[in-house]
Order: sequence, then C-alpha cells, then structure tokens
Amino acid sequence: MSASAAVRRGGMNRLDPGGVRHRIAKFSDAHRSTSIVVGMVLFSALIFVLALVPPFSTFLNHQSWLNTFASAGVLVLLALGLNVVVGLAGLLDLGYAAFFAFGAYTYAFAASPFSGNDFPFLPMLFVGAAVAAVFGVLLGAPTLRLRGDYLAIMTLGFGEIVPIVFLNAEPYTQGTNGIGGISRPEILPSWVPFIGGPFGALDNLKYFLLMIVILAVTMVLLYRLQDSRIGRAWTAIREDELAAAASGVNTVTTKLLAFAIGATTAGFAGVYSASKITIVSPNQFYFTVSFTVLAMVVLGGMGNIWGVAFGAFVIYIIQSVFLTYLNTFFQALPIPIISDINFVQYQFLLYGVALVLMMLLRPEGLFPSKRVQRVLHTPEDPSLVAATAGTVDLTAEQELEAERLAAERDLETREALEAAGDAAEEAQGPYEEGALGAPPGSDEETGGHPGELRR
Amino acid sequence: MTAAARAELGMAAAAESAPGLLLEARGVTKRFGGLVAVNRVDFTIPERSIVSLIGPNGAGKTTFFNIIAGIYDPTSGEIDFRGRRMIARSHRTWREPFLWVLPAVLLGLVTAALSSAGAPFPVVLLMAVVATLVGIITLLAAVARPPSYQRLLVRLGIFRSARPNDMVEAGLGRTFQNIRLFQNMTALENVLVGMHCRLRATWWDAMLSTPRDRAEERRAAARAEELLTLVGLHGRGGELAKNLPYGDQRRLEVARALGSDPALLLLDEPTAGMNPRETQEMMALIRKLRAELGLTVLLIEHDMRVVMGISDRVTVLDHGEKIAEGTPDEVRRDPKVIEAYLGTGGA
Repeated sequence: MSASAAVRRGGMNRLDPGGVRHRIAKFSDAHRSTSIVVGMVLFSALIFVLALVPPFSTFLNHQSWLNTFASAGVLVLLALGLNVVVGLAGLLDLGYAAFFAFGAYTYAFAASPFSGNDFPFLPMLFVGAAVAAVFGVLLGAPTLRLRGDYLAIMTLGFGEIVPIVFLNAEPYTQGTNGIGGISRPEILPSWVPFIGGPFGALDNLKYFLLMIVILAVTMVLLYRLQDSRIGRAWTAIREDELAAAASGVNTVTTKLLAFAIGATTAGFAGVYSASKITIVSPNQFYFTVSFTVLAMVVLGGMGNIWGVAFGAFVIYIIQSVFLTYLNTFFQALPIPIISDINFVQYQFLLYGVALVLMMLLRPEGLFPSKRVQRVLHTPEDPSLVAATAGTVDLTAEQELEAERLAAERDLETREALEAAGDAAEEAQGPYEEGALGAPPGSDEETGGHPGELRR
Repeated sequence: MTAAARAELGMAAAAESAPGLLLEARGVTKRFGGLVAVNRVDFTIPERSIVSLIGPNGAGKTTFFNIIAGIYDPTSGEIDFRGRRMIARSHRTWREPFLWVLPAVLLGLVTAALSSAGAPFPVVLLMAVVATLVGIITLLAAVARPPSYQRLLVRLGIFRSARPNDMVEAGLGRTFQNIRLFQNMTALENVLVGMHCRLRATWWDAMLSTPRDRAEERRAAARAEELLTLVGLHGRGGELAKNLPYGDQRRLEVARALGSDPALLLLDEPTAGMNPRETQEMMALIRKLRAELGLTVLLIEHDMRVVMGISDRVTVLDHGEKIAEGTPDEVRRDPKVIEAYLGTGGA
C-alpha cells in the first residue's frame, strides 16, 4: 500500500528504491538490448573511474588496471560462451579451452611472422570464431549420444587432445615455444583521436574499449538467443531430453547449435587474446582454463548472462590482482607462517573452497537467473502434494480390486519382463522411467555404449 | 514371420488401405533381447476416431506406443502415417557413411591429380579449399539431416526410421504415462516448446531480432495462451509446471502436445491417478479436442469407464499380441479379453 501511495502522492518519487528498481526492471525487460548496451557503458565507465579511487589505485596504476580489465574481458567472454553450453543447454563441457585455442591459433596462423601472413584483425576475428564453431560442431557431434558424466569425460578428452596436438605439431606451431610476434589489431584509421590507429603494446585503453564493444555485442546477441525459440529448446533439453524430442525439438541440431555458439564465443576470445598477448602456446589452453571458466559460470550463476559475466569479472580480478596484493601485504607483516604463504599458488584451493561453500550456501550462484532462483527457493506446496495423494482413496474400490487381480495374474509376466528389460536396456538404452539413452531413432541396434545406460 | 508372408500381408493391407486411415501399422514386432514385447501387431487408426489400446500390465501397450512415437525402432514391421512410410526397420544405412566422405574424397583425388599434372598453384589451392568445405558441409548435413538430405537418402534407397521429432513434425503429439513436463519452465513456456517445430525463426533471426521473429513470437505466445485456455488452464501460464496440481500437469501435457498442431494425439494413461471429477473433465476434454480441432486420439487407459465411455474402437493387447479388436461392446464380451484380465478361474 505504501509503495502505491507514494507513487500516487509524489508522482515520480525517485527516492523510493523499490519504485526506481521496479521501473528499471520493467524498462530492461522491454528494451533488453538497449539496457545491456547502457549497462555495459555505465559499467565500463565505472571501473574506469574505480581504478583511480584510493584503495584500488594503490594496487595497480591506472594503465595496469585497464590492462587487467581487458584481460578479464577474455575470461568473461569465455564464461558467457560456456554458459550457453552448460547453463542453458545443460551439457557439461570440460574441454571448453579447446575452442579458445582454435580461435587463438587461427589468428596466429593468419597474422604472424612465423606464418608469413598478415591479415587484418577484424575479418580474422570472425574467421577465428567460424573455425572454432566448425570444430565445436565436429567435436560436439560424437558426444551427442552421451549424457552427464560420459559427456563430461569425452569433452575432457577433447580438451586435453587439442593443446597436445598443437604442442606436437611442431613444424606448424613451434611446439612449446608457441607462435610469437602476432600482429596487434588496427580497427579505426589513424586520424581518429585516442582510439584510432594501430594498437600499441601500451595502448591499454584501446584494448579495453575493444573488449567492451565485443562483450556488449555478445551479450545482446546471447540474450536474444536465450529468449528465443532456440533458447527455450535448450532449456527443454536440459530439463528432459526425451520430452523435448517428443515435443518436436530436434535434439541433435539444437545441441550442436549450443556447442557451435559456445565455441564461437570462445573463438572471439581466442583471437582477441592472441592479438593482445601476441604469443600463443599450448600451455595457455590446458585444463586449468576450462576449469577456471566452469568455476566462473557456476559461481556467477548458471544460466544468467549478467551474473556469469560479473562472476567471471570478479573472480579474475581477485585471482590476478588481490591475491598478488595479499602476498605483498602479508609479506610485509612480521607474522611467521602467514607471511610465507604464496596466495597465488593457492588459487585453485581457493576456487575449490569457494565452490564447496557456494554449493552448500547458495547453489544458484552469486547472481542467479530468475528461473533458477524460483526453482531452488519455491517451497513445494503441501496442499498440492496432499491433493495428489488423496486421489488414491477416491478411486473406486472395485477398480482397485480388478487392478490387483490383474496385477497378480501378471506377476509372473512382469517378473519376466523386468528380467528381460534389464537385458533390453543394455541393448537399447532405457527410454521410459527416467533414464535416457541415445537420441531416439538413431538405430544403433548394436548399441551397448556405456554412456547410454544411465543418467 | 517370413519375408514372403510379410510381403503378402503388406500387399493385402495396401490393397484395402482406405483413404480415411491416419495411421496404419503392419506386423509390428519389437524384441528386447529374448523378450518379445510386441508381436506382429496390425493396427489401424481411422481419421477423427478415438481408439483405445488396453491390456493387462506388461502387455506391450507402452512399447507399441513408443514405436509409433518414433522412440523405439521396431524389430520388424512398418508404420505408415498420413500415407507416408515413417517407421520401419532401417535398411541400407551402411551406404550412408559413404555419402558423408565420398564427395570430399573424390574432390581430394581430383586435387591431387591436378597437382601432380602440374596445374598452377592457385587452382590446386582452390580445389583443396573446395574439397575441405564440401567435406565439412556433408558432415554437417549428415548430422543435421535437413529435408534435402533426407530426400537424397530416399533416392539412394536408404531408409531411416523416423525420430520422435520427425513424427511430431509429421503431425503426431503425445503425452507420457508418468508426466514428463519441463518442470522448471513455466506452463506457457512448456506449450511454446511444444510449438517449437511449427516456428520458423532461425538462430540468426533470433540474434538480429528481425521483425519476422518478433511477430512470430507474439503470435506463438497468443496461440499458447489459447491452448492453455482450451485445456482449462486459463491465466496459469506464468506458473512453473512443477507447482501445478497433478491434474493440471496432465492437462498441461496435453496442451504441450497440441502445440505442434497434431493430427493424431497419443495419450498414455491420461487419467492415471486422477479423482473421478478430474477423470470426467479429462474425458470431456478429449471429446472436445475431437469436436473442435478434428483430432484423432489414441489412448492407453486402465480405467474401463473411460475406455468404454469414450472409444470408437478398442484394441486389446496381451503378452505383446493383439487378442481382440472392435467396438467397446464387442471387446467387453470377448471371452479372450475376459480371460486375459481375470484369468480362466476367475469371474
């Protein structure tokens, strides 16, 4: 009553936080793309200024902050892409860094002294993404029939294979040394003030702004995709794959599209990263990257684009700036054991602890999507449960009797069926009763793949 | 069944194939290891009829249902749906992998030949690129199976049994015995997923938010609301499916199945676990669907009042075999049916 009264009395009462929040929420629902762009601009302006404010300005100088933000953007981009695969479509992908590698190596082949090519950055950004997308589909295709643990293990395998291939294909990739001297981008002509001309090693502002633009565009596109027919199909597959197929969703193409979109985003990140660090080597793409990005997605709040982006940003800043700062801070203190701890080394321990705490205290992540929050925090309505249970009493007695007779009469049959059913599940993969197998109709009569047996 | 017998049966069925048949199953058999779950079942569904499939537990009803819905491939037999052969044992699929690699391999050989014949480098490079692209495109087509690819398969004599989503696209909707809604999506979203294959927006439409896409989404939402109203869930679209009462969940499943504008609706025990009032409402709904949408309905049902009250025809399965077929009254009096349900000693 008070809120509506305030609105009626004051008209536009800007001090009423509920009112303003409500109106912002309403606006952002109606104009999602605009609000994302505005949000990104505000956010980038904010962190730009933040780096000048005392506690933060003491950690790093302004240029280093911009550089850190730009690097953080790479991980945010990766987290956004993985969020499509894991958060929306529910396909646990542990080898996501592979697609990052494809993007990076594509640009390394396209613009470095080692390859002798020097193609411009902007077209290569899309070529790199396209290459990653193709590999996303090719590596995704064999995993389509698998679920849960088996899918995770297979993607883990691919994630390990790819950097090792780059490591061993020495004539083409220079192995461990990697490909160095990669060209830096040039987007705008030199006469444009501040942001025109080729990017230099110290042009952190240009890299930062380029990343902000890439991020804003990616977020707008991903939001639109999530709210579309495709996004609904992804969610449906995550919820119940068989029911999705029986509702007319082509689970094969829809899952592949998720892999492709995720890989495309990683491809963008890869090309950008290669052009910024100017060297690609296999050790940038090992499992730790996949794991870090997955941890970011989970901590940020699976399925929520802003949440994942912000979670990834915060985690990157913590690991790259604050842990280093903690080191210097504690080393200065005369405490015997703590001052010897290298916090950066314990980064993954901290991830582990954070993940455990998160799963216990806030399983929906720091910034959950509305849906997940509702799912985890809506209590089951006890009256509904009671109503369902009550129907048993209401069924006519003689029917129960008839059912019982039929059941007794068929007990033998059913026992035989159950025994045979187990054998059948091995041959075909169980479709009803929860456990799901291969995509239906994929007539692999010889079947028997372990991944098809159980969720 | 011998091949000759099957051919004879198929020919006979083709001869008497009336224009009014929506679905026609011939000699459908499904074996799980040593168990024959469905054994040589012939079955037809006339258009705009309500047909019931009954039988004791473990009679093979749901297996047969799943075969029709494209979830299981039959061991033998075939099913025509709306005059098209949709489901049968897949054959000559060994040819298909050749289709995936042959174009690229041939182009690769041509490239190699050109290279060794001393063709200029740009030509060889172009050919190599084309070969690679063709390889990638054929692989993608093999995975995504667009209609053009499927037509090519038919022309090469390769038959692949329909997948569930193919059946939905062809006009079949189904519900599940144990409700399988998308629990954590809203009722409206559930119906929208049901409409998925009737919506045309592609991923680039969605990303660019084209006017076509926005108009389609608006139309889809309006249609989904209509369907919710039709099944009696007016105004409940915003609720999560799992928070709906049991009877409403069953109705929502029907609405989701209706999303794809099916011609044939398969209902697997639609009144299971419902109280008498809900059961009556569900029966009324099924009648309404036929009257208003011109639907054909295939029911699996245990509640004999529902079966006898609503069906035009009843088919009885026992131990995977069809033991009786006919109007509800005929089936009720059939001694074989009485025996199957109550045993020889019972009465």
